[in-house]
Amino acid sequence: MKLAVWTYEGPPHVGAMRVATGMRDLHMVLHAPQGDTYADLLFTMIERRNHRPPVSYTTFQARDLGADTAGLFKTACRDAHDRFQPQALLVAASCTAELIQDDPGGLADTMGLGVPVIPLELPSYQRKENFGADEAFLQICRALAAPMARTERVTCNILGPTALGFRHRDDVAEITGLLSEMGIEVNVAAPMGASPADIKRMGAAHFNVLLYPECAESAARWLEKEHGQPFTKTIPIGANATRAFIEEVRALSSSTLPVDESRLRQPWWAASVDSTYLTGKRVFLFGDGTHVMAAAKVARDEMGFEVCGMGCYNREQARPLRTLAREFGLEALITDDYLDVERAIEDAAPEMILGTQMERHIGKRLGIPCAVISAPVHVQDFPARYSPQMGFEGANVLFDTWVHPLVMGLEEHLLHMFREDFEFHDDAGPSHHGGHAPREIAASAPAATAAAADGGSMPPADAPPSQVAAAHENVVWLSCAERELKKIPFFVRGKARRNTEAFATEKGLHEISVDTLYEAKAHYAR
Amino acid sequence: MNAPLNTGCRDVPVLRERGQREVFCGLTGIIWLHRKMQDAFFLVVGSRTCAHLLQSAAGVMIFAEPRFGTAILEEKDLAGMADANAELDREVARLLARRPDIKQLFLVGSCPSEVIKLDLSRAAERLSAQHGPNVRVLNYSGSGIETTFTEGEDACLAALVPSLPETQARELLLVGALPDVVEDQALDLLAQIGIVPVRCLPARRAEDMPAIGPNTVYAVTQPFAGETHAALQRRGAKRIAAPFPFGAEGSTLWLKAVAAEFGIAPEKVDQVVAAPRARAEKAIAAAATTLRGKRIFFMPDSQLELPLARFLTRECGMEAIEISTPYLHADLHGPELDLIAKGPVISEGQDVDLQLDRVRATRPDLTVCGLGLANPLEAEGLATKWAIELVFTPVHFYEQAGDLAALFARPLRRRELLARQHPNRLEAAE
Repeated sequence: MKLAVWTYEGPPHVGAMRVATGMRDLHMVLHAPQGDTYADLLFTMIERRNHRPPVSYTTFQARDLGADTAGLFKTACRDAHDRFQPQALLVAASCTAELIQDDPGGLADTMGLGVPVIPLELPSYQRKENFGADEAFLQICRALAAPMARTERVTCNILGPTALGFRHRDDVAEITGLLSEMGIEVNVAAPMGASPADIKRMGAAHFNVLLYPECAESAARWLEKEHGQPFTKTIPIGANATRAFIEEVRALSSSTLPVDESRLRQPWWAASVDSTYLTGKRVFLFGDGTHVMAAAKVARDEMGFEVCGMGCYNREQARPLRTLAREFGLEALITDDYLDVERAIEDAAPEMILGTQMERHIGKRLGIPCAVISAPVHVQDFPARYSPQMGFEGANVLFDTWVHPLVMGLEEHLLHMFREDFEFHDDAGPSHHGGHAPREIAASAPAATAAAADGGSMPPADAPPSQVAAAHENVVWLSCAERELKKIPFFVRGKARRNTEAFATEKGLHEISVDTLYEAKAHYAR
Repeated sequence: MNAPLNTGCRDVPVLRERGQREVFCGLTGIIWLHRKMQDAFFLVVGSRTCAHLLQSAAGVMIFAEPRFGTAILEEKDLAGMADANAELDREVARLLARRPDIKQLFLVGSCPSEVIKLDLSRAAERLSAQHGPNVRVLNYSGSGIETTFTEGEDACLAALVPSLPETQARELLLVGALPDVVEDQALDLLAQIGIVPVRCLPARRAEDMPAIGPNTVYAVTQPFAGETHAALQRRGAKRIAAPFPFGAEGSTLWLKAVAAEFGIAPEKVDQVVAAPRARAEKAIAAAATTLRGKRIFFMPDSQLELPLARFLTRECGMEAIEISTPYLHADLHGPELDLIAKGPVISEGQDVDLQLDRVRATRPDLTVCGLGLANPLEAEGLATKWAIELVFTPVHFYEQAGDLAALFARPLRRRELLARQHPNRLEAAE
């Protein structure tokens, strides 16, 4: 047993629902107790879908358990088939039904429904949502994709977009446009938007574009093996990755058509002088493996940030992420426990977090700016406006999204110049961050240490004694040093405090004076 | 005063349906119960699905150090029973060490824990012995196979009843978790009428939990308290039958029934409630201009459907087409049925596709339903009011009566305001 409050991923049957809901003319029958329909509202509310997910639940209750839950399942299959007339039926068990062992696949198979029945094995007590999506899509491909002659023109399939995918809708549009510029038509984009009939003709494509390994890598590998279709390995997030993706597609398709880069503004925006202040901003990245790995490269190579931590919650991506993190000189954090993530963020003391909905809240609590780069996300990250993450427009979107929470150059400059001014004082905080300054990470219980002694070159203290105890035992901030610390911009103050205290501890000092502060600054200067 | 009508719905045959149910399970009750019981922690023993449900239902509350969590069963817990109990003990010990402010711990059963027959009542006894007297450990089922949505609160309160101390005092007990602001208003009105002391179940803190005995009389404020009602009867307490305190009329009838039990004349109640009642009627009238003559369809969700339909038809001039409840408790809902004029279909349970066929066939002006159905119905051109809000928002008694009516008026007003650009304007106009 493991105690959890927040979970990054739902159970595997929710992943299967994401595949089913993305598709058309497919229906899923889920053997599940009353109450599991809660998952419907993820699709109707967060993604704002205008129809019910194509999922029927058997809704068994306690009184059914001794009797005929298998009968209930068959009735639900029959009703779903008769009412919705799908081209194929997906059948699976949720976590509770897994325990009662009714074998949905076997039961549905005996019914002679006249459409393909695709059974799913979803080990709910071992695996999670992304596995469920990946597995469901693999089984759909295995059951339906038929061997087929290639199309005359060069075409490809797009693999991976699902319902409830972070920006999947616009990523598909952006990449479809990009491929079209290169003279490549999309044969089938799946699962989202595809019907079982579309899946049948996937074999006609010359190659596959794998956009989201989390949801479709198994299917891509199977299609490679069974249908001889190679698939792309580059995830086109960021300008560099998009260019690399274009090269990869050229190699697979022999396309030589030029791609218009005139709408790509991100490189110039990042090169313009107002972005100089972004240099070396320390960012912490967390999310699904794919988005974190792509974002880390964009952060370092295209934005000039320093990546000070990275990790993912889906174990399936642990290996490639560890490899990339080592390249960045970091140890990857692989965990699905948000408390571990919170601790790692506190330790790294970044100036910015790129993460999920959960990291937004961690950022809010710690007063660190944050932008969202990965699911799980809430309703505001299924926007009405066009906002892909991929391709050239995606790069533009990333620049705006990541920079907005930060204080921009001119604003930061003003904060420095007028930091004692009533409007620009430190506590005002960046304008895009709710107008409040971050809470200091190191601030612990007040100890009200009176620091009467003169602590250095500053005038002696006449202000009330410091209310903030040092995080390190036995190290006391003299009040003038405390005041000097306050003059340091708030977004680096937490780091300055920690560094100074670590420095003092190391030197065996019990008091921090203004001089100690600046000695520490010199010590840590890079 | 409106006396119960002879033309009520108590004897109308109830349409009982079984099939796919688009409802929450009882675990959802934890979301508001843990706000009410300030020193209680709710530990669900369940699967990742249970944790995901709580997360989806709790929304942003999940980020505020809530006093609930899920002990997620893993593969190894399913292998052998003894192991699962040891695991549970370890997780509970860790939890209580981290949260010394916790005085009551509820082990909440889920579908998976019940199917593997993990005995949480024995676990609760064992853990009570280990962690008592500081922490009292209780258990109840919030599973989907046993409970629907608000029945989770009922199961929790019913689990509390046997553990409450014995008393011989003749005291009034209010049953049902109400928002603090509403509870305070109710206690104030009762005090003005001359009824003190009044106890509440649940109390806000463990040390204030009421005592029960043969002289206890209780009034139920939430229509889903069926099991709690039965548990209180078993301890000899006596229920005051009344409609539920929604709207000006419902609140007045409820107070008069309670007053009568204590030998206080209805005139005294009228005198005390004159001002709040006038305020409530004025506030209701404002919303009723939008609601009058509109046809409403209730899909089953919380068991609040019957009292709300009574309020909307009698005080706001709406017409009910179908009033559906997950469970119809004849004893508790009888007074409501008496007040509802004949006409609507009264249904219990659900077969969601069949019920949606009826919604589409009758095209109500407003459909009360869950969030899984609301947007799909809106897209079909039907106005909806999502039901969960009615459980989270303060809606009982006089001061909230206007807000309650407004919850139903707002979607209709919005529809009018957006009429020009609504994507389904033509369909909706038919």
